[in-house]
Amino acid sequence: MNDNLVEIQNITFSRSERLIYDDISISIPKGKITAIMGPSGIGKTTMLRLIGGQLKPDKGDITFAGKSIPSMNRSTLYQTRKAMSMLFQSGALFTDMSVFDNVAFALREHTQLSESVIETLVLLKLEAVGLRGAAQLLPSELSGGMARRAALARAIALDPELIMYDEPFAGQDPISMGVLVKLIRALSEALSVTSIVVTHDVNEVLDIADYVYILANQKVIGHGTAQEIKQSESPLVQQFLLGQADGPVPFHYPAPSMQAQLLGEDK
Amino acid sequence: MNWIIDLGANTLFKVIGIGRAFLMLTGALIAFPQWKNVSLTIKQIYVVGVQSLLIIMVSGLFIGMVMALQGYTILVGYGAEGSLGPMVSLSLLRELGPVVTALLFAGRAGSALTAEIGLMKATEQLSSLEMMAVDPLRRIVAPRIWAGVIAMPMLALIFSAIGILGGHLVGVEWLGVDSGSYWSIMQATVEWDKDVVNGIIKSIVFAIVVTWIAIFKGYDAVPTSEGISLATTQTVVLSSLAVLGLDFVLTALMFGIN
Repeated sequence: MNDNLVEIQNITFSRSERLIYDDISISIPKGKITAIMGPSGIGKTTMLRLIGGQLKPDKGDITFAGKSIPSMNRSTLYQTRKAMSMLFQSGALFTDMSVFDNVAFALREHTQLSESVIETLVLLKLEAVGLRGAAQLLPSELSGGMARRAALARAIALDPELIMYDEPFAGQDPISMGVLVKLIRALSEALSVTSIVVTHDVNEVLDIADYVYILANQKVIGHGTAQEIKQSESPLVQQFLLGQADGPVPFHYPAPSMQAQLLGEDK
Repeated sequence: MNWIIDLGANTLFKVIGIGRAFLMLTGALIAFPQWKNVSLTIKQIYVVGVQSLLIIMVSGLFIGMVMALQGYTILVGYGAEGSLGPMVSLSLLRELGPVVTALLFAGRAGSALTAEIGLMKATEQLSSLEMMAVDPLRRIVAPRIWAGVIAMPMLALIFSAIGILGGHLVGVEWLGVDSGSYWSIMQATVEWDKDVVNGIIKSIVFAIVVTWIAIFKGYDAVPTSEGISLATTQTVVLSSLAVLGLDFVLTALMFGIN
């Protein structure tokens, strides 16, 4: 039996003639936290959208619980999405609803539960993220960290098999960051949920991830446990972990030589 | 040769855009028959319909008043000021009611729809709906399209009714046209099928087009501040042009061929 919930097999993906992934394969083991790291603009969020079926790869296949996501029809895809959820970078809370209604949204849409049961479930989810007292607040009244936690409560409302975290630590103060790291680890252990954390916050994610993939230059440049990644001798991996400005991932965006451009030789 | 490539690429881009717009409309219309959507549609009727009432009523009143004023100065020269009633009512029911309501609707409700949906896209709310296995076409688009289709004909009828009252205010109360002739000649001249129903049909067509453009422009907007600003402007411009162009076609079909 396959222990991987998600299998990304040899996918190639390009957008507006720009190659994002070139023959990439990634396996996401069941019940574990897998981190996908890489520099900004490398297409980490795109990977989550491919897994969620919002985008289709040019080549290759992505399977969720053994079923091919790109070849699903619309209704099967929507049915499959009930088993996955995503924590968006912005939180993406519905601004016209209270925190309570945001968390209750999926339950009201997909279940026939009574309002009293929904209320109990929502309060339990909010308690898990420490926001039971903020149930009646509007998203505009929340701080960035609280909004991220409210979105996390919404993401776990239907007890999904897979949670995808898109840059969960971006723009968070150290306390909020610590809370989120703790929550991701606690939820993973308590619910035995499979987690994919897309981020470039190296230290935070290496503390909680069971397995790590590093993407750069359209490829997987390194993968392994946090310990293996730290000890990797790959110059690409070391440049990323140590935050060096220049190296195999170049500082300069591709351009003709400065001399040629100034002298007009490239025209 | 580059311009040929550009022309081809632009044409292809537009055709793909029209295709996407048709797919969105079809998906939304198919998605309607669900009980859960009824309360969402009623909420949207309030947002696009009830909240547009003030501008529609004030505009209808002033347009009726101006028409009566202008009509009286012309008709009185021929001693035909008694025909002021039918002139005001036919102009409003056949043309100005549906057209001006659609133009005001595009500016008031259409632009708001585009901005709302564009911002939902920019803040990833549409994506999060998809990832929560909730189809945005059913949850967001369908109620808004149906709300527009239901609200606009009602707004157009209210516009025309207030306009006729505005015409009465100026023509009868101020300029002294006989009240009996204002109402009785109007009653004798205005036909239910030809004037009222045709006006309603026009209004329904305009409602579909304006709401469709507004929602598609929001749905298809580039999710940046410039993109949403551009989409909002395009909604008002395209909707207005489409309403005026379609009005000519519909008028030709309804009144031009005898």
